[in-house]
Amino acid sequence: VKHVAVIGASLAGLSAARALRAQGFDGTLSIIGAETQRPYDRPPLSKEFLAGAVTVDDLALERADEDLSADWRLGVRAERLDAAAGEVYLSDGGRLSADGIVLATGASARRWPGPQPRTGVHVLRTLDDALALRAELVAGTRLVVIGAGFIGAEVASTAVALGAYVTVVEVAPTPLSGPLGVQMGALVAGLHSSHGVTLHCGIGVTALLGADRVTGVRLTDGRQVPADVVVIGVGATPNVGWLQDSSLDLTNGVHANAAGVTSIVTIVAVGDCSAWLQPHTGEHRRIEHWMAAQSRPAIAVKALLAGPSHYEPVRERAPYFWSDQYGVRIQFAGHCRVDDDVTIEIGAADEASFLAVYRRAGEPVAVLGVDQVREFTRWRRQLS
Amino acid sequence: LRNVKPVPYYAPQVILAARATKSEVDMLQACPLAALGRGEAHRVASNPPIAVFHTDDGELFAIDDTCTHQDASLADGWLEGDQVECPLHASQFNLRTGAVDAPPAKLAVRTHRVVVDDAGMIIVELTDAEPNLPPRR
Repeated sequence: VKHVAVIGASLAGLSAARALRAQGFDGTLSIIGAETQRPYDRPPLSKEFLAGAVTVDDLALERADEDLSADWRLGVRAERLDAAAGEVYLSDGGRLSADGIVLATGASARRWPGPQPRTGVHVLRTLDDALALRAELVAGTRLVVIGAGFIGAEVASTAVALGAYVTVVEVAPTPLSGPLGVQMGALVAGLHSSHGVTLHCGIGVTALLGADRVTGVRLTDGRQVPADVVVIGVGATPNVGWLQDSSLDLTNGVHANAAGVTSIVTIVAVGDCSAWLQPHTGEHRRIEHWMAAQSRPAIAVKALLAGPSHYEPVRERAPYFWSDQYGVRIQFAGHCRVDDDVTIEIGAADEASFLAVYRRAGEPVAVLGVDQVREFTRWRRQLS
Repeated sequence: LRNVKPVPYYAPQVILAARATKSEVDMLQACPLAALGRGEAHRVASNPPIAVFHTDDGELFAIDDTCTHQDASLADGWLEGDQVECPLHASQFNLRTGAVDAPPAKLAVRTHRVVVDDAGMIIVELTDAEPNLPPRR
């Protein structure tokens, strides 16, 4: 392998570039990034950065003395892949020829599908999104958050601490039931009401009101909730549209094997745009955790450099993610399903701090920690 | 483990060793080696706090306990080989050098020399380098 093109310059792309150099790749390394910024850390965008507690410099992922000897092209999009020729066509008219390609284009926030007022409606995915939202979150602002997932909950938590009046609207009967299960999802979502945030569950939003500036939202039961600012927090879609001409399977992310290798052996996919095969279920699943974007590129790069005949089975740690809301540290590791047995092993459901273990056929499969950092880490390690 | 001259037991945790080689070496008594099994960590509540690790291979290391990215105790982290992973955001630090092996942290933690005295007490000799503390929030 003489030239590797990494398409995407956020955590997964940077981690892939680092892994390439760390694993001895000394050929040409091109890094293409659609955003103009150097790689930055996204989790603080809904938390410390939105609160104004950390700066843009704090978000930088690269160390001051870091030099990957790469050709960085930032503010440039990949627009088409000619997989047979190993060529990537770029938005600046350029074209890259590479014998190894890392797909790390990430995902984009889902936007409001219908008509919307010109101003006051936000999503939160990029630094620019965060700057625009931060400028509008002043004390006394009425904020409606659509979606009580982790991004929505973190925005609500940050906004209420800034003095906003916050309402969260969630279409599912229980927030976070996908990642945490119904019982624990309800428990964690209880943080909203105990911190002065109004939560409506099991109810959808039919319209964003206002012509120029947003004035509120209309709910499926006809009620209207007034708003000065609306945040849409309803998930993200993988950035794979530019790959449509390729032969790659793009069903909810670029399909890859359990080492990140796609159906074209010179192309690997990592981070939020990728759906790796899960050996224990036989399904391809997109894992949008920060941790996966950080740790999986090393696996994919190893497979890319070794070539198709050298696949080794990969043992990964249990998936792990965290969320900080209302000053509470929420941590989860493992795979949970709706029919898992959940028991609280430390603390109690009505306490500010507890640890819950999910079991299937008696075996621990996942763990949730709420302000239980030390014990959570022990359990997380056990699960891996 | 390197054996050094016995350090007598002092009740206060911070003691100044009278040594000719260095003018003033800050030394901390961590805990008895017998109380720190392999794979375990001990947090010394000094200012700033220090984490002492006993690796699976039987080596002892001391680093600053506070992650340079955000306020988290590395003694609560995931010890593997000669690396520790922050229990919150998974930054990884090399215990030998203090260097960052994985983000989001960018700045190294300080490393401190560890010795075990003849009484079996783990002693940390504090470096005189400046610590890299996380941003205040």
